[in-house]
Amino acid sequence: MTPRPDADLAALEAEALAAVAAAEDLARLDEVRVHYLGKSGRLTAQLKSLGALPKEERPAAGQRINEAKRQVQAALEARRSALEAQALVRRLREERIDVTLPGRGQTAGALHPVTRAMLRIERLFANAGFSIAEGPEVEDDYHNFEALNIPAHHPARAMHDTFYFPDGRLLRTHTSPVQIRVMEHQPPPLRIIAPGRVYRCDSDLTHTPMFHQVEGFLVDEEATFADLKGVLYDFLRNFFEQDDLKLRFRPSYFPFTEPSAEVDVQCVKCGGAGCRVCKQSGWLEVLGCGMIHPDVFRHVGIDSEQWLGYAFGMGVERLAMLRYGIDDLRLYFDNDLRFLSQFA
Amino acid sequence: MRFSESWLRERVDPPLATEALCDQLSMAGLEVDALEPVAPPFTGVVVGAVEQVESHPDASKLRVCRVDVGADESLQIVCGAANVAAGQRVPVACIGALLPGDFKIKKAKLRGVASQGMICSAAELGLAESSDGIMVLPADAPVGQGLRDWLALDDQAIELDLTPDRSDCLSVIGVAREVGVLNRLSVSEPASEPVPATQDQRHEVRLEAPAACPRYLCRVVRGVDAQAATPLWMAERLRRSGLRPIAPVVDVTNYVLLELGQPLHAFDLAKLDGAIQVRLSRVGEQLTLLSDDEVTLDDDTLVIADAKGPVAMAGIMGGATTAVSETTRDILFESAFFTPEAIVGRARRYGLHTDSSHRFERGVDPLLQQRAIERATRLLLAIAGGEPGPVVEACAEAHLPPSPSLPLRKRRIEQVLGIAPEDRQVVDILQRLGMQLEEQDAGLQDAGWQVRAPSWRFDIQREVDLIAEIGRVYGYDAIPVTHARSAAFTRAPREMAFDLDQARRTLVARGYFEAITYSFVSPEQNALFDPAPAAPPLQLANPLSAELSVMRGSLWPGLIQVVRQNLARQQSRVRLFESGLRFRTQSQGLCQEPCLAGVIVGPVLPEQWGETRRMADFFDLKADLEAVLAQTGRLDQLRFQAPDEGEAHAALHPGQSARLLLGERPIGWIGTLHPELAQRFELPNAVQLFELDLGQFGIGERPALAPLSRFPSIRRDLAIVVDADLPFERVREVVNATAGDLLKQLVLFDLYQGEKVDADRKSLAFGLILQASSQTLVDADVDALMRRLIARLEQDLGATLRS
Repeated sequence: MTPRPDADLAALEAEALAAVAAAEDLARLDEVRVHYLGKSGRLTAQLKSLGALPKEERPAAGQRINEAKRQVQAALEARRSALEAQALVRRLREERIDVTLPGRGQTAGALHPVTRAMLRIERLFANAGFSIAEGPEVEDDYHNFEALNIPAHHPARAMHDTFYFPDGRLLRTHTSPVQIRVMEHQPPPLRIIAPGRVYRCDSDLTHTPMFHQVEGFLVDEEATFADLKGVLYDFLRNFFEQDDLKLRFRPSYFPFTEPSAEVDVQCVKCGGAGCRVCKQSGWLEVLGCGMIHPDVFRHVGIDSEQWLGYAFGMGVERLAMLRYGIDDLRLYFDNDLRFLSQFA
Repeated sequence: MRFSESWLRERVDPPLATEALCDQLSMAGLEVDALEPVAPPFTGVVVGAVEQVESHPDASKLRVCRVDVGADESLQIVCGAANVAAGQRVPVACIGALLPGDFKIKKAKLRGVASQGMICSAAELGLAESSDGIMVLPADAPVGQGLRDWLALDDQAIELDLTPDRSDCLSVIGVAREVGVLNRLSVSEPASEPVPATQDQRHEVRLEAPAACPRYLCRVVRGVDAQAATPLWMAERLRRSGLRPIAPVVDVTNYVLLELGQPLHAFDLAKLDGAIQVRLSRVGEQLTLLSDDEVTLDDDTLVIADAKGPVAMAGIMGGATTAVSETTRDILFESAFFTPEAIVGRARRYGLHTDSSHRFERGVDPLLQQRAIERATRLLLAIAGGEPGPVVEACAEAHLPPSPSLPLRKRRIEQVLGIAPEDRQVVDILQRLGMQLEEQDAGLQDAGWQVRAPSWRFDIQREVDLIAEIGRVYGYDAIPVTHARSAAFTRAPREMAFDLDQARRTLVARGYFEAITYSFVSPEQNALFDPAPAAPPLQLANPLSAELSVMRGSLWPGLIQVVRQNLARQQSRVRLFESGLRFRTQSQGLCQEPCLAGVIVGPVLPEQWGETRRMADFFDLKADLEAVLAQTGRLDQLRFQAPDEGEAHAALHPGQSARLLLGERPIGWIGTLHPELAQRFELPNAVQLFELDLGQFGIGERPALAPLSRFPSIRRDLAIVVDADLPFERVREVVNATAGDLLKQLVLFDLYQGEKVDADRKSLAFGLILQASSQTLVDADVDALMRRLIARLEQDLGATLRS
């Protein structure tokens, strides 16, 4: 006598479900699937045995077998998902790295702080429509002095300790000669910024024989001292990123501008209260400026009745010192990597 | 210019505290450089009268004095100074006084004798650098009064850093005038009414160089008391202005120089031989100066001469032979106007700089001489007596500086300053400055004034100078801050111009630090690195030192120096670059060439885990250089050309260096530092250098897109053995020529020399990535191509396939 199919089926289903639950990995689970649901699996075999049943019992029995298969199938799927999830968790755990280890490969270097400050100055003035011009460092007397209204023996020359060459040429003492060279060759209107190396025959704690300046000037049909103040307010407040930075314009003298001014900013270290950096004055001198002198225009053949202009010049080392807290001028040209690497 | 606040306030006394006064001066363009007390703090010092001086019983060098300090009882003070004497007025530090240097005066016994205080020297009170004995006060010093009060020592010395145009403020009266203008106050002028002559000796003056000296005044004063002493008030004012009091005649001339700004000179009349001649020097004339310097004159120096020759360098320094001394009885005062052109540069030429030359170079008021000589006479007579003669004046009117009448247009004020002050403001400012105005109504356009500046304002020469003065007195801070309308579009740099900034950032990203070194180097180092030693380097006439005396012909000497210094500071890996000019003399003259140079030494990567340590070599630097040059868009035209024999760069290893060519243009060098130089500089052997001549780059090629192929690519690898000295470039050429457009990339992935190949051969293994633009490549085509390629390599390069 054949066993009662229903009782067998229930036992078989229970056995299959138990096997699914006991499968510890995906390979074992697949074996279980083949064993029960494969082509010649045991549950599949049950369907084949339907033929032995009376015809009227077959549909109901078939349904029960299919139901058992579905149950096992669902358990298999669930188990597979669980095992896959476990496997992923295990893999992720195994693939864990120490993220605190240092990165590999090249590390970045750095620009020199003077260049860094100079590029920033250039960029700020580029925003205001100034373009860059450069000039020679070995200059002639005419462009460095004469055309800038500094004739031979002018007392202002004594302030420029000049390096000379035997043939009378010299190392430019400021970037102002670029003003002359540009105006000689380009018609106004002009908006120019001229960065570069300059030289003075002086070396002590507060002077190096070479340093950097940025000269800027504008020539247009309208340009006033008030406009010059506008440009420099914008520049300095942006450079120091301080919207309420106080400035003061003190009358001064440069042979190539009239009127002339020196510009002080409120000490960026102490905010004007007085400290070592500003020598207790609360102010820092950062710029020289003025309206381009009619004699300078005359030298380059620009009609000073039609055109007006202003010019300004600043020391880059000085601005970089204030911006980056550099307290010793000599550090700039020592090029010590311990210094340079702080400007990355 | 240095002077004391109290002296200034005697002339004009604005209701401003010291700090505010200094701020006002700075903001008017007379920059206050320093503000210092004229005496250090001290307390408890009073004027005393020495009543009695006796010798100390037990010490030969000490005296026991009785000093009246205005108290009920006089004090007994033991004093060590040799010059103490009964009847003197002296400063006395009483018990409890605190002297400079935290020196407290206490009751003391000196060699057994009680001392109730100390008689002070000027140095002990901080009133002199050094003193010889105690300070003797004038006989009218009020006994018992505090010394600080009596000498007004709570005063400040103000030091102005004047710009060269403001010579009018090189005097107390000049600064006072300025303070008067700013505060709308009148200035009290010092007494300088004419002093009547009491004898009639006139000294003859001949103006032989009237253009250089258009006005010369002199006056004889006879019978000056050689024993007279400079009064304390004058000595103190000189001291507070930074001058050392010497003797009455010299002190009076110095005092008037400080007070009025007119340099004066006094000759010992007895030592002058005949008339004063103001003339240019003759070449070779000798003059011994007051400073005892002997100078040989050129033909361009203005001198004061007598019958025997030069007796003074005009406006600069007097001569020693005619100088006033302790025995001088009769003097000749000089008060002259020398033009700035006649003085400027001369003092410097002789290595001199004096208070007098400083003023004459910048300009002295040409109308001041009369007042100054009267003022000096008045002061001298009060101090040392004497009989003044009449003032002798020689004047060449035509050569006096003109006082031009300048137009001032209203509209121009606004055009330059950006403000439109009212007429009455303009008139008020200019009149306060001592200018004379005349209104001009020359039509609307040019309405304004004709203005004449006062004689002391040498600097006012143009309309714009008047405008600057208006701005200055109006106040720069009161001028608004405006923004001009936008100007025309400015010229932008070309897209494919070499962008130095980008190159810098590329290097920084590849681990380089930027250095900035001096543009001048030592001649020896320069010669080592300049590859064209035929051209002489550019030498400075006045270098700071021999080490910094020639303009660099290459950026390498500076960089090598920096490498050395950093290696000495325990750095093992140095990667640096610099940009800047190098200076070379070529046939067409001096070339100032913008360059970019770099150097690397040490491991390729910073020390780290997970990468093996490898020292950087030529090819590491080559890759960096290619990264920098990628922006030119012309890497395909970049060639590294090994130098032929005799063409090698003197500073580089001849077998590990290359001239860089961009197209046909040489643009620089790359290579390993020559082992001899490495040894000389005590550097490791693998220092790699490059230098690019940026001026040779021209404009690069902007990207032009080639169509992307839709078809798959095929890779074939090949290993060949060739002669060891065959440049890889030749292999590349053959591959390129044979594969043509199909070749997308040639990748060298192995280079081998060693046991497995013949000694003079090397093995190269490379991959070819091939792709057609219009079809899928089939194996048959590629096989055929590879066969052709192998045949060419064998035939042209003597290559054999590596088995």
